[in-house]
Amino acid sequence: MAESSASFYTKSTNKYSGILSWLLTKDHKRIGLMYMMAIISFFVVGIIIGLLMRLELISPGRTIMDAQTYNTLFTLHGVIMIFLFIIPGLPAIFGNFFLPIQIGAEDVAFPRLNLLSWYVYIIGAVLVLVSLFLPGGPIDTGWTFYIPYSVRSTTNVSMALFAAFVLGFSSILTGINFITTVHRMRAPGMGFFKMPLFVWATYATAWIQILATPVIAITIILVIIERSFGVGIFDPALGGDPILFQHMFWIYSHPAVYIMILPAMGVVSEIIPTFARRTIFGYKAIAMSSLAIAFVGYLVWAHHMFSSGMSDTARWIFSLLTFIVALPSGVKIFNWVATMYKGSIDPQPPFLWVMNFIFLFSIGGLTGLVLGSLATDVHLTDTYFVVAHFHYVMFGGTGTIFFAALHYWFPKMFGKMYNIRFSQIAVALYFIGFNMLYFPKFIMGYMGMPRRYYDYLPQFTTLQRISTVGSWILAGTIFFIFGYFIHALRKGKKATSNPWGGVTLEWHIPSPPPLENFVKLPEIKDDPYDFSQLKEMKDE
Amino acid sequence: MSNHSDTVHHKDNVSAKMGMWLFLFTEVLLFGGMFLVYAVYRYQYQDQFKLAAMELNTGIGTLNTIILLSSSLTVALSIAAMQKGNKFLSLVFLYCTQIFALMFMVNKFFEWSTKISHGLFPGSKELLAKPNGQILFYGLYYVMTGLHGIHVIIGMIAIAFIIVFIHRDKVTQQDFIKLENTGLYWHLVDLIWIFLFPLFYLIQ
Repeated sequence: MAESSASFYTKSTNKYSGILSWLLTKDHKRIGLMYMMAIISFFVVGIIIGLLMRLELISPGRTIMDAQTYNTLFTLHGVIMIFLFIIPGLPAIFGNFFLPIQIGAEDVAFPRLNLLSWYVYIIGAVLVLVSLFLPGGPIDTGWTFYIPYSVRSTTNVSMALFAAFVLGFSSILTGINFITTVHRMRAPGMGFFKMPLFVWATYATAWIQILATPVIAITIILVIIERSFGVGIFDPALGGDPILFQHMFWIYSHPAVYIMILPAMGVVSEIIPTFARRTIFGYKAIAMSSLAIAFVGYLVWAHHMFSSGMSDTARWIFSLLTFIVALPSGVKIFNWVATMYKGSIDPQPPFLWVMNFIFLFSIGGLTGLVLGSLATDVHLTDTYFVVAHFHYVMFGGTGTIFFAALHYWFPKMFGKMYNIRFSQIAVALYFIGFNMLYFPKFIMGYMGMPRRYYDYLPQFTTLQRISTVGSWILAGTIFFIFGYFIHALRKGKKATSNPWGGVTLEWHIPSPPPLENFVKLPEIKDDPYDFSQLKEMKDE
Repeated sequence: MSNHSDTVHHKDNVSAKMGMWLFLFTEVLLFGGMFLVYAVYRYQYQDQFKLAAMELNTGIGTLNTIILLSSSLTVALSIAAMQKGNKFLSLVFLYCTQIFALMFMVNKFFEWSTKISHGLFPGSKELLAKPNGQILFYGLYYVMTGLHGIHVIIGMIAIAFIIVFIHRDKVTQQDFIKLENTGLYWHLVDLIWIFLFPLFYLIQ
């Protein structure tokens, strides 16, 4: 093999070898994989915490832990899953790895900054973990850090908040890097409307990252200052307004929902054309709908606060705007289905995962309408219904697509193929486990079971038990998935350069990619999803 | 080191500047959150804010504004000097900027310590005896000027690095993007002060 096409595993950007060649790398692919290691580790921690919570709820009253432990566990589950897994998950792993390749670049615009943002992420994660073990005990406010409890709680709130601040900084740096990369690093001929849709989605996400994250940063700083000095900005006793905190928190945290879901939608727009062997239907509509979601997503934050005290006018305006977000989302779903129509569908594992996604995400989206309507929301606020809704959207949406992306790009990233049969079984088990775990929560929520409660009335026992058993199936499936991936890494067959028959640029290069991505800079003449070029592409 | 990233990318000054502008944008939003809080409470406690603002020393505020504006000028001059290849003059102007920044911080220190010696600081007995609007005014005053002060210090550290880079010829007439970006950051610090100054010292 020619020196220039040696894979990025064997050839490094620096003079070191072994672990240092990774820790000091500036290669976007290695950084993507380092993110993957870290993020999956925290994902597993989050899963284990979730399992413990479900185990506690297997019967009414105290089962395996006391109420305070339960409070810290649901807080940590939220903080870890949101800040350490789902927000960085798709952009930091797959965005880092594939965004430069898909636009024909050899790296991101600021490789050193990219490495820095990985370290900042790790520092933030370490701070979260350290806050668990310091005197005072782990944070117990819930991941939303609502005032006034987050000021009064004697647990390590400031430390955990500072960790979230640091993680936000990492997110901002990645966003700046991706926007600049998309603007400046596209290969000759790669116009904006020739970029793959995953790039579009990641680009829109990057904008939200830099536009929304500073607001949570200042909010967090204010809470820390409030805890340390008692300035009174959120303290009604000194004239402050606790509701203002909620506004500022959700001005970030609602757009953050789109930071989580947009890249997932981008991955779907990659997988569906590849396995339907058809050009994506409505390319521009999908690209623009990402930007539309990013924009409208800004103006809906107060729908998290319908019951916390706002004028009726504000409430119906926010309710209306919330419904409007469904439009660009609907555009996407419509175009995906239209792409599959009359395509020659090849139901390989990544495609099956996407089917899983469409089903689960639709349930999540439709129940969102129930919560977006004022009258029903008042009844369902702070019940299990909300918990079920956001797990269907976040986990059923982004989480499922995390696995879809892993199954789609695994052969490209590692040059190994996993066991197709195993992954088909995993898709089915995941579907069963997921619905068993979360669907009963819709029913319980509708019946009035409040969220974040450690105990419950005896009439909920059956549903709670179904849910707990579901959590075992789901977690078992996820560990099964990681198991066959690790097996594939060690003993898997060698993957070819284009196992699925994709046509975006990453499928034009060897698996795993060479260090410089492209031995020769590609000439871009086709549309991103023009499958007529498949005949000329080599699959070796 | 390989040529993988160092030579190819770092020459792209447009990228570097674009990244810097995006970063400044996030800074504006960070302070934007603070200005939002200020606006909400100013609207809610108009009279109290006026009363509390009279206590602030407009003289020192004006002096600091002049100092900071001058420091922005010297940074701009330093960049212009570097463009023309005058390393010495560029350094002189950067040292001037550092002195101005230091003067600003010293003034700030005296201003804050006077307030604190009068018992006006968050949580103090004197302040808690005042009406809510005044407590909030002083809370915001300390938080916003404090956050701005931290940015001044970060800017000073950045400029110190640039001074070292110029001495070592890492920043030159051909490649002065680091100096330019630092200058941009410094202008932002200045710009934020230009908004803080009237909000706290002038509107009465």
